[in-house]
Amino acid sequence: MSFPWAAHYTPKAPLMKWIDERLPLPRLVYNSIGAGYPVPRNLNYMWNFGVLSGLALVIQIVTGIIMAMHYAANELVAFGTVEHVMRDVNSGWLLRYAHANGASFFFIVVYLHIFRGLFYGSYKAPREMVWLLGLVIYLLMMATAFMGYVLPWGQMSYWGAKVITGLFGAIPVVGEPIQTWLLGGFAPGNASLNRFFSLHYLLPFVIAGVIILHIWALHIPGSNNPTGVDVKGPQDTVPFHPYYTAKDGFGAGIFLILFCLLLFFAPNYLGHPDNYIEANPLSTPAHIVPEWYFWPFYAILRAFTFDFFFVPAKLLGVLAMFSAILLLFFLPWLDNSPVRSGKFRPIFKQFFIVLCVDVVILGWCGGAPATAGYVMISQFAAAYYFAHFLIILPLIAMFEKPLPLPNSITEAVLAKHNLQGEEPAAVPAE
Amino acid sequence: MLRAILIAIGVFFSGFMLYSFGASTYAYLTDPPAKTAEEEFHLHPKEVEFSFNGPLGHYDRQQLQRGFQVFKEVCSACHSLKFVAFRDLEQLGYSEPEVKAIAKQWSIKTPDVDPKTGEPSTRDPVPADHFPKPFANNVAAAAANNNAIPPDLSLMAKARHDGPAYIHSLLTGYQAQPADLLKKFPDVKTPEGLHYNPYFANLNLAMPPPLSSEGQVTYSDGTKATVDQMATDVSAFLMWTAEPKLENRKSTGLAVIFFLLIATGLAYMSYRSIWADKKH
Repeated sequence: MSFPWAAHYTPKAPLMKWIDERLPLPRLVYNSIGAGYPVPRNLNYMWNFGVLSGLALVIQIVTGIIMAMHYAANELVAFGTVEHVMRDVNSGWLLRYAHANGASFFFIVVYLHIFRGLFYGSYKAPREMVWLLGLVIYLLMMATAFMGYVLPWGQMSYWGAKVITGLFGAIPVVGEPIQTWLLGGFAPGNASLNRFFSLHYLLPFVIAGVIILHIWALHIPGSNNPTGVDVKGPQDTVPFHPYYTAKDGFGAGIFLILFCLLLFFAPNYLGHPDNYIEANPLSTPAHIVPEWYFWPFYAILRAFTFDFFFVPAKLLGVLAMFSAILLLFFLPWLDNSPVRSGKFRPIFKQFFIVLCVDVVILGWCGGAPATAGYVMISQFAAAYYFAHFLIILPLIAMFEKPLPLPNSITEAVLAKHNLQGEEPAAVPAE
Repeated sequence: MLRAILIAIGVFFSGFMLYSFGASTYAYLTDPPAKTAEEEFHLHPKEVEFSFNGPLGHYDRQQLQRGFQVFKEVCSACHSLKFVAFRDLEQLGYSEPEVKAIAKQWSIKTPDVDPKTGEPSTRDPVPADHFPKPFANNVAAAAANNNAIPPDLSLMAKARHDGPAYIHSLLTGYQAQPADLLKKFPDVKTPEGLHYNPYFANLNLAMPPPLSSEGQVTYSDGTKATVDQMATDVSAFLMWTAEPKLENRKSTGLAVIFFLLIATGLAYMSYRSIWADKKH
């Protein structure tokens, strides 16, 4: 598909030949994730996280479908059916802990995947569509995870649903009708629980569909690589299979080891104890916090404590929180430096590290109680977050002098092997 | 044009956040928020050693049986255990006839319907039944307990940070309100009918000290029933009610990790051998 030297599919077994002539599905698979997809030879381990995200989605769908066979989305019994899964269903505890921690691992690998893209400029031309579709997947994941967290109908489920749908209530005039419409009532109840279950079952398959588009869009220009330099010829690439399937197999092993360590030995570490208390509309938890993967955005929401003239702080917080995610859609046009890889962008690299630290600080504040100290830190960190994407990136693109780029991927690879320990960029072109 | 709009949005949000940061820092410095009594006097759970801690930890059956005895003789008067069935007690090492007897002799009866008249009635629990609730409903529970509903204990050990240690600390943490506290916060004197306990989130709770004297229960295995011992045993028992599959989970985990280490090692070797001829 992407490069003229890509291997062509020639079915060996008569059955595959028969299928391929009638429905070229084997050919599609071969060209997408088989030997027919040439990939830059110099990808590092940061390029494992796309496949790992796919693996995480499969784990979620499989464990989720089986659990749905034992769960009932009814406010009177939902909490009890989850306990039924934990106690009476064969290996039900394994399914539920795998599903709950699987969501966390899904976000871990997706965040690493996103930050890989941010550092190596994978969002830049000609891969803007890959980036945009990736963000759509990310938004769908957030919606799915939020609704999934409501299903056990614990205290955090209930109050989380109330707070998050309450965000829409901050919109002037139409806000409260929208909130009521989303919940199917004035407060979370049976109507909310049922629709969340329905959508929580639907959205993963929508995600799977958008992933197909994401990979399709990726295969037009082909994968980016750590140098950010375009593929020049066959010497720059290796076929996806067996080279990257083998590497991804190893990556999947490491992923599963870490996942299982958490799942089997600290399955409740990332959860909130309050969600083991059944939902009670009459008792508000002391600190309502979402799951950890929403903490940075939650910190931005809570950082807005002052009104701006006639605009109330809560509305500003909601606008800022949504902007914090939506601005990523404009990233390819905000950062118009022609150099993709952060390796060759000395100033960008430093600000990128600051951004990583900033997001971690935001996350830390978002998980903490909203006391004065944490709010102050969130405000400072939120200021940097917006400045980084909307002010600093466009400015760097204007003023930065990038380091010299290698002429080709192969040249960079060979330079690395000839002069061990030196940056490829430091090597003069041959 | 798009870039100009986006940069303007960035300047607004960033600038407003910096202004907010300045304003809240100023407010913090000129008028520092006063600490509340909870912030100053609430204590984190004590360090308690349990046999089920750690990756190889498992339950001590003797201890679970002692803990069950404490639950039966003390806690069950007010607290329900609705997600646990009598049949589950076999996991504590009781035999089937013993479980049958425990169910039959349970002081609270299981609600039922009279098969002849259809009138509500009660019967002796059987092993398949969950533990019957001590109160018919929340109104009855609140009325009997100074307006506080005794929570269900099935999941208590997972519903609090550091659950088993928390339960132990709470049970052994009752004390007179410190003079310091009253000096600093004269308004937060423990109200009539509540009890001061620094391990409870808001320092005063409705439950009177349930374990008050040594020998409150008589252990059949000869263990001395100190308050601390009873608290530890019942905490361990409640960890079991909250996480009955803990041992299953840990032993499965060890086997899975062992398998994955080998599989990942093989995957690494095949990765290296496939890439052996390619510089990358």
